[in-house]
Amino acid sequence: MKQILHIASRELSTFFDSLTAYVLIVIFLGFSGFFTWIYGADVFFVGQANLNTFFTVAYWSLFIFIPALTMRSIAGELKAGTLELLLTKPVSDWQLIFGKFLSTLLLIAIALAPTVIYYFTLWAIGPVDHSAILLGYVGLLLMSMVYISIGLLASCIASNPIIASLTALSIGIFFHIIFDVLASNFVGFLGSFFSYMSLSTHFESISRGVVDTKDLIYFFSLVFFCLFTSKMILSNRNL
Amino acid sequence: MDIVVEHLTKRYGPQKAVDNVSFRVKAGEVLGFLGPNGAGKTTTMKAMACFIKPEEGDILVGGYSIHDHPEIIKKNIGYLAENNPLYQEMNIIDFLEFIAKIHGIPKYLIPERILDMIRTCGLEGEKHKLIGELSKGYQQRVGLAQALIHDPDILILDEPTTGLDPNQIVEIRELIKRIGKEKTVILSSHILAEVEATCDRILIINNGRIVVDGTAAELRKQAQGNEILKLGVQGGDIDHIFESLFEIETIDSIDIIDVDKQLFEIQSLPNTTSVKAIFDTCVRNNYYITELTPTEKKLEDIFRILTLH
Repeated sequence: MKQILHIASRELSTFFDSLTAYVLIVIFLGFSGFFTWIYGADVFFVGQANLNTFFTVAYWSLFIFIPALTMRSIAGELKAGTLELLLTKPVSDWQLIFGKFLSTLLLIAIALAPTVIYYFTLWAIGPVDHSAILLGYVGLLLMSMVYISIGLLASCIASNPIIASLTALSIGIFFHIIFDVLASNFVGFLGSFFSYMSLSTHFESISRGVVDTKDLIYFFSLVFFCLFTSKMILSNRNL
Repeated sequence: MDIVVEHLTKRYGPQKAVDNVSFRVKAGEVLGFLGPNGAGKTTTMKAMACFIKPEEGDILVGGYSIHDHPEIIKKNIGYLAENNPLYQEMNIIDFLEFIAKIHGIPKYLIPERILDMIRTCGLEGEKHKLIGELSKGYQQRVGLAQALIHDPDILILDEPTTGLDPNQIVEIRELIKRIGKEKTVILSSHILAEVEATCDRILIINNGRIVVDGTAAELRKQAQGNEILKLGVQGGDIDHIFESLFEIETIDSIDIIDVDKQLFEIQSLPNTTSVKAIFDTCVRNNYYITELTPTEKKLEDIFRILTLH
């Protein structure tokens, strides 16, 4: 566990040292703030004390940002040769994968943290459904976990960070919209299958304030599958 | 800690990088791993450092197998990889701290260990710099520092002196020698002088197989065999001299090294000497000898003979 934390904290400080973290946080807050409070279907236009707009914006922007954060995680280490440095220290493949996973998740959590102000602002304006907002955040974190694990998997498959990022995006887009579109075009078993595979189905149900074990199983099994496959790819390295 | 390599085989596609290699390194020994490029040195060292898994065979470090207990082995090994990968964006102290933490060095000991390493590896003047800003020689020292920081019993150094200037090479060699007094060191190189200067034992590997295992002296003895003389003769036409030398029965081959100075390299048949016969021939033909030096076979030659097929 300690090893995971050491790796995660080193990785996190790299995000901040290389300015990646600042750029991400500034763009993310700028985007979500702009659409939540100022423009389009903002809070005042909708006239309801909820953060649905914010969650939609975050849902999309995280989908795009996460592959950019995870692309270097394994592919970059491989390219720089530092994978050899790390894995010849007392670090197991699982610890490395979890460390990388945790560091990106922490960065996302740090980026989401300032938006808690939105919640307090909203609370001051009108009656808020507290649990819905809380679960909205939980949903965002769960969704981030899925995309981070997909990003890690892509970073293990591709040896080049750019290709890793594109791979992660193209895998991600299936869960993000394609399954959803397919679900609406099919009926019966296929329709419900695609609907179950679509991430937005589960994200919406959670951010509506309903926690169903079905949703949790969906998120965690995707995360587990991606991380497990990443570990297998990493362990079968032939360098 | 002893290292026992048993029937190690590693393939990359159809090619065998290491082919059924077995050897043993005793605790406290400094072993030089020699071989031309692509001979399988790095692959063997990577397997020892638990970075890659061999298809066949096993490596036992202090009795622990790389297949079953890599985490125990990794704790006892300091490894410097071939092109010395480091986190370029970190500064030296942060980097060493990270490595120390990964090795589970108690927190209160970390600053002391870092300072110790900075002193041992001569990094005092650079310690606040980013690793990416350092010259190659200093990066190599950081590489050594990270391999040594947890005071491992075994050091595995893959070409530790590549890219260094002659002064730095001497310094690093001194450092390795000093470390080698207490620890088991395995270092690879394709520079023979380096291995000869630092190692107790030499292992030459070629095409994934061990061709020689022994000390530098043993190696010399083994390859010496025929007498080789460098001979300078004046007082006659070079062709005539060549012919008259060629008539000596004990001479196996004659090469002309320098036409102007009339220098030859003469190799005698096994277990014979041609010195007296050469002298007699020269006297008979009224030539005079300007030079007659027995040539000792250099390790380089032995290396070439052993690895050129």
